[in-house]
Amino acid sequence: MSEATIKVPTMAEMAASGQAPEVLFWVGCAGSFDERAQKVTKAFVKILHACDISFAILGQEESCTGDPAKRAGNEFLFQMQAMNNIAVLNGYEIRRIVTACPHCFNTLKNEYPALGGNYDVVHHTQFLQELIDAGRLKVEGGSFKGKRITYHDSCYLGRSNGIYEAPRSVLEKLDAELIEMKRCRSKGLCCGAGGAQMFKEAEQGTEDINVVRSEEALATGASIVAANCPFCMTMLRDGVKHYNKEHEVEVLDLAELVARANDL
Amino acid sequence: MQILSQLLFAAVLGFGIFRFSKNVGVIMKNIHSGRPLNRNDRNKERWRTMLRVAFGQSKMTVRPIAGILHLIVYVGFVLINIEVLEIVIDGLAGTHRILSFLGPVYDAAIAFFEVLALLVLVACVVFLCRRFAVRIPRFHSPEMRGWPMKDATFILLAEIVLMAALLLMNAADQQLQYLQAEHYKQAGNFPISGFLVPLLSGMSLESLVWVERIAWWFHIIGILVFLNYLPYSKHFHIIMAFPNTYYSKLDAQGSLPNMESVQNEVAMMLGLPAVNSELPPPESFGAKDVTDLTWKNLMDAYTCTECGRCTSVCPANLTGKQLSPRKIVMNTRDRLEEFGKERDEKIPKTEERNLHSYISAEELWACTSCNACADACPVNIDPLDIIIQMRQYLVMEKSEAPHELNLMFNNVENNGAPWQFPPSDRDNWKNDLN
Repeated sequence: MSEATIKVPTMAEMAASGQAPEVLFWVGCAGSFDERAQKVTKAFVKILHACDISFAILGQEESCTGDPAKRAGNEFLFQMQAMNNIAVLNGYEIRRIVTACPHCFNTLKNEYPALGGNYDVVHHTQFLQELIDAGRLKVEGGSFKGKRITYHDSCYLGRSNGIYEAPRSVLEKLDAELIEMKRCRSKGLCCGAGGAQMFKEAEQGTEDINVVRSEEALATGASIVAANCPFCMTMLRDGVKHYNKEHEVEVLDLAELVARANDL
Repeated sequence: MQILSQLLFAAVLGFGIFRFSKNVGVIMKNIHSGRPLNRNDRNKERWRTMLRVAFGQSKMTVRPIAGILHLIVYVGFVLINIEVLEIVIDGLAGTHRILSFLGPVYDAAIAFFEVLALLVLVACVVFLCRRFAVRIPRFHSPEMRGWPMKDATFILLAEIVLMAALLLMNAADQQLQYLQAEHYKQAGNFPISGFLVPLLSGMSLESLVWVERIAWWFHIIGILVFLNYLPYSKHFHIIMAFPNTYYSKLDAQGSLPNMESVQNEVAMMLGLPAVNSELPPPESFGAKDVTDLTWKNLMDAYTCTECGRCTSVCPANLTGKQLSPRKIVMNTRDRLEEFGKERDEKIPKTEERNLHSYISAEELWACTSCNACADACPVNIDPLDIIIQMRQYLVMEKSEAPHELNLMFNNVENNGAPWQFPPSDRDNWKNDLN
């Protein structure tokens, strides 16, 4: 399947040929630029392609949602980003958006409506569940059968938006053994990156948040830590490295797990 | 003599209620000094939230031991207060156990209250043990030093003493009923205080009346003192929990409110039409002082009972950073009290003092906006909303963001990404997809 060249059309190209995609894939800054997160982007695109989903990206017309600016207190910058993005999205009459970043997801879904951007926004883990439920995506455990996987609830998908089940139901399809961390679901511990912390050094303290969280993940004995957020991914990978476990324990996004299970 | 006692009772009761109302009035005025915010929508959902979270204690029981103990004290408080109603009528009318005409219902109620009183007493002792013998860490954070600790201890001791007075009063009453003393009609069923009767059995009728009367007066005056203590104490949550949960944020917890006041300016900068041309340009940005916060933030501050569940789940606090969400809320109340006193000219006004005199930038910047604090709060307080508004002041008013965040702002503004990558590289990942 991966032999065939996968075309990733932009909205501009689609619009030029008078087409409208089923869904817009909002890639996000991390998914676009961060080397590790790019792999998640690619895995998700491969799944979309394999499932014959008509999708498009904004490409160079996409810009930061403004999430880190808003959480860092710069409402001016946030609104500038939001209004520009909304102008682009509304220009293309976008109805449905899927994104692999819970920060983009939260901002697009919950904060754009007040500025005139109303879309049906889903996180890629929800989208994957939909595809599975609709029978458009088949996932069989294969290489993951019997492996121990633990799942890290990102704050912006979990507590912030109450999405705990969709990612877990996707994981169940892998036939792996899902082992919950001591703090999970609404009690899940933050990875330490939210609220613009990703872009600055942490304040003086006794420990690093990501190290504490990674310790919890490692304590489950899992060989895979499943994540759903590019920032969590960075923080957890650093934490696993802190314990020199990077050769035994992989941190993988749900899209990567699904893609790998399907040999995409 | 009897009429004098009735008059005295009426005076004490009247004074207690008057003073309490006056202090509640000051608190209402303080809360109303916050910014406007519309929380009068979605009424059905609001009632449901209040019934579930405040009345039904749904978030308290997440931690079962504290939850059950609290439930006992809460139910005890609400139900035993039915008996206070009788005490008030008796005190004003000069009657004794006026509701005893209810017969078996009355007896059962008194028996039930006695069991509750004992349970409340035991729960308060366990609470004291948790605080001082087990030393649960969240009760010993830096912000708990001094008054907050004394406040908590006083409340628990007061409840123990009040319950003991209630039981002692009933014990003396039983003995008086047994001796067929005048006024003391046969009423009630006393499964708990019955055990105290042997302690009183050797006493004369006159001494017993004294014990009963002192315990009776002590109980009702104690309740009035306690009522008047509430507005100065974290214990005010017994009232505020209800309105505060009613006015909860109902949107997704992760959504931050839109700052409408800058929308016109941003639209103008981008060459878009004004959003609301009637909106006056903003005078200031973010929260410098308590009056810049919304009234709901200020209501949160008066609702906080300093349980510290927020701080005990805060990732920044857990890893030794200065930030403690409980401190943010306590500081907001402390500053609001100070502001109120300045406004009412009870203390001299100082220009330099504001909310930032209490809360440092280091605390504010340590927050990951993870919402664990808001999720853990048993009365739906939202510390994050205060933190973000204070950050807005630091960034938009004072240009005092940490250096790295300024770099991030520049990148977002110039490159459309928080990192320094050219926008033209945004979809380069497409090139090696296979």
